[in-house]
Amino acid sequence: MNAQQLLLFAVFLPFIGATGIALCRKRHNLRETVTLITAATVCCIVLAIYRRFTSGELLAVEIAEPLPGLSIRFEAESLGLLFALVAAMLWLITSIYSIGYMRAHDEQHQTRFYTMFAIAIGCTLGVAFAGNMLTLFLWYEMLTIATYPLVAHAGTDKARRGARTYIGILLATSIGLLLLAIIITYSLTGSLDFREGGILAEKLDPAWAGLLYALYIFGIGKAAVMPFHRWLPAAMVAPTPVSALLHAVAVVKAGVFTVLKVTIYIFGTDFITRSGANDWLIWFAGATILLASLVAMSQDNLKLRLAYSTISQLGYIVLGALLATNNSLLGSALHISMHAFAKITLFFAAGAILVAAGKTEITDMGGLGRAMPLTFGAFLIGSFSIIGLPPFGGMWSKWYLAMGIVETGQWLLLTVLLASSLLNIAYLLPVPVRGFFGKAKDGTTYTQITEAPASCLLAMTVTSLACLLLFFYPDPFYELALHSAGNN
Amino acid sequence: MIEQNLSLLLVVIPLLAAPVAAILPGLRPPWLLALAVTWLCFVIAGWQLFTVMDGSIISYELGGWAPPWGIEYRIDAMNALVALIVAGIAAITMPYALLTVEKEIPRHQVPLFYSAFLLCIVGLLGITQTGDIFNLFVFLEISSLSTYVLIAMGEQRRALTSAYQYLIMGSIGATFVLIGIGLVYAETGTLNMQDLHLRLQPILDHRTIHTGFAFISVGIALKLALFPLHLWLPNAYKYAPSAISVFLSATSTKVAVYVMLRLLFSVFSSDILMIEPTEDILLLLGIFGVILASVTAIYQRDIKRLLAYSSIAQVSYMVLGIGMASNMGVTATLIHVFNHALMKAALFMAAGAVVYRAGSSRFEKIDGMGRQMPWTFAAMFIAGLSVIGIPGTAGFISKWYFVLAALEQHSWLIALVVLSGSLLSVVYIWRIVEVMYLRPATDTGLSVKEAPYALLVPMWSLVLANIYFGINTELTLNIADISVKLLDITD
Repeated sequence: MNAQQLLLFAVFLPFIGATGIALCRKRHNLRETVTLITAATVCCIVLAIYRRFTSGELLAVEIAEPLPGLSIRFEAESLGLLFALVAAMLWLITSIYSIGYMRAHDEQHQTRFYTMFAIAIGCTLGVAFAGNMLTLFLWYEMLTIATYPLVAHAGTDKARRGARTYIGILLATSIGLLLLAIIITYSLTGSLDFREGGILAEKLDPAWAGLLYALYIFGIGKAAVMPFHRWLPAAMVAPTPVSALLHAVAVVKAGVFTVLKVTIYIFGTDFITRSGANDWLIWFAGATILLASLVAMSQDNLKLRLAYSTISQLGYIVLGALLATNNSLLGSALHISMHAFAKITLFFAAGAILVAAGKTEITDMGGLGRAMPLTFGAFLIGSFSIIGLPPFGGMWSKWYLAMGIVETGQWLLLTVLLASSLLNIAYLLPVPVRGFFGKAKDGTTYTQITEAPASCLLAMTVTSLACLLLFFYPDPFYELALHSAGNN
Repeated sequence: MIEQNLSLLLVVIPLLAAPVAAILPGLRPPWLLALAVTWLCFVIAGWQLFTVMDGSIISYELGGWAPPWGIEYRIDAMNALVALIVAGIAAITMPYALLTVEKEIPRHQVPLFYSAFLLCIVGLLGITQTGDIFNLFVFLEISSLSTYVLIAMGEQRRALTSAYQYLIMGSIGATFVLIGIGLVYAETGTLNMQDLHLRLQPILDHRTIHTGFAFISVGIALKLALFPLHLWLPNAYKYAPSAISVFLSATSTKVAVYVMLRLLFSVFSSDILMIEPTEDILLLLGIFGVILASVTAIYQRDIKRLLAYSSIAQVSYMVLGIGMASNMGVTATLIHVFNHALMKAALFMAAGAVVYRAGSSRFEKIDGMGRQMPWTFAAMFIAGLSVIGIPGTAGFISKWYFVLAALEQHSWLIALVVLSGSLLSVVYIWRIVEVMYLRPATDTGLSVKEAPYALLVPMWSLVLANIYFGINTELTLNIADISVKLLDITD
């Protein structure tokens, strides 16, 4: 297969898979097989793209030109590849997990679920491999729409309200701010290409750079920079596999990925530091990190707590992008993968607890860890990685982010980072601690409850081992991140 | 021989077919005739567009009388585009009409229905073909009169009052146009548009010309349902037979937009926008139209009325584009004329299919219908995305050009209005989504089946066109480009 076909396959295969899933709606085992085969194939294709990329091959393909000079273009470049690798690998693992979860939890409309899931992943890969801003925007919007039925899955009033907030905020920011920013960029430069060093440098008056940059940062609602973060907790009404893959990995990372792309390839790091476009925006990111952590502490619902934790962690990535130094960008890019593996472990565990014990509130989980040691063990490992303790992958990204902050001399931000790490401990560790050492409120000792279905356990084990592995062997992600941060 | 007479044939064929359709017996024969005629017109319109694609102009002298004495048909890229929209939508509506008409219209009226439909096509196509301002008025009346009849044929009795309301408003509009034409004729002594353009230039600041211009503009504004002259439209679209809602929503206001463009930029000239406060008035009405019509759409509890208000908002975008009086603005308007015809026709077809199965377009009657009719719902959803302007659909291209045109003039207000209109459309499209997809179906609703293929096929061909023209814009952009070059716009 040549390079062009490979790229197109990576993006469109999930769509073909989705059709297959929809056709097999009557035969459930066959339907799940189609999901697994598609996920595995996509994973292999992305790995193949990765191998070709590391051997120095240029992979790019244009399929149409909807506006003069603006094409729909796919290209494999280091940052996108990193994101695609994470998304494709975790899709496979999540597929295994969701089979156990959806059946054990007896969910309705499973065909729709698997179909839309595959489509959402196709859109995510479209974002990852987008070769210019127009293509990226196209897939970004499609992703929003494809995930709507997943969020509204339960069909209850609560789900409908949550889904409304979700789609409302995401479409409002992307149409009202991001599209405006894109069109302004186009009218200034006549181009939307991703180029080393940015395209705006000579064309935009530095005085206006901050405003345009703000339009981008807030317009990319998926990055959940406060005050546009409300959609993420609202999306927690979705089934847990959706929260796990889409709202800890694919959708939110598509947001911060776009922020990084805009920073590196549209503005260019030099232009940002020279024009001071990031002067006041970094405080929004800093505030998001701190406030979201504080809110997370006050949440008793496990999934909501994880959602606010995600908002806070996304703040790290946005902050790294805004600082625009080599080390901070490296940290940001790395954090995309490190946080993904850790957070998906946490969500898997939360889902397993829901399926096996029917518990959603943290205060109800006392003593549950002794009945479900694997689940709570995985949760513990995920928490350590998020906090940034060695020997877990999360340490590396925080390390480089902190280095980036030190370089710019923003000591206050460093304090924010450290304070937030402490808060991470305060809101994540109580869960396993309560599980292992606590007692149930009414004194029961859970003899009836056993671990979640095997497929859930398998998925959890794999991702928590990955967190460990990424500490000792972060090389593939590290090199890709290094390449995109520009200090290779 | 045919090629020389193309432009005339486009009008004459449906005109001759109309009385024949009225006397054909039964349900199918008149439909077959109308089907054949509309597809023939579609082919001719396509052919005509192909001939003028290189920027040339077809000038046809009716009866061999040379202009400015005789009536001239004068076709450039812009007319040809609008004619193609009219003929194309008519052709695609015909297969859709068969079943819905059988269901909605009493047997003995069916031949008359097709006859009136053909006359309406004559009127709209005639407007696009003619280069004579009085002839334009005549065709305007032909299309309006037949439209009143068609709306009155709606299933419910309210159709009659709606048609009557439209009749009153439409007649006032037509009278205004006629008075305006009279005033201009009194000053210049000519009715040929080309000739008028030359003679008007030195006397553009005459009070009579201003008055005439004002009368004509108001008359046309009534026809295109420009805010605040839009009140006739929602009921007309709601109570008209489904096929007519589809056809009118996609063509009639678009033709009015064409007339406005033609009169402003080919007959008068954009200078008149500079002399008068017209430009500001157009922009102001456009802005109010976009915002208020979109907000009103949100509060509708009936799918067809909601779409009708959305149409008013979309037409207001076009008026904004005209009001900007720049090449880019008019380009955006022309692109949107084409794209909006595609999206609104698809939406009204889907709404019509729901009415066909559920018997009503009111929200409480169509709860949960989207799950019973997945293909219809999916079509409505994708066309809705096109209205919002999601990339990958035709609507995105329009929005892109509107914002680009606004930014070119550093008019932040208009850029924001265009984008807020888009946001408001998210709200009203999502109201439909929630009603049809998320609400539980009623007991009677559960027995509803998917729409028949005769409705689904035309609907989906339009939906696919929405996607196609969102990705491949060569045709639309090219034509808009050529048309704008031929207009007299001083930037």
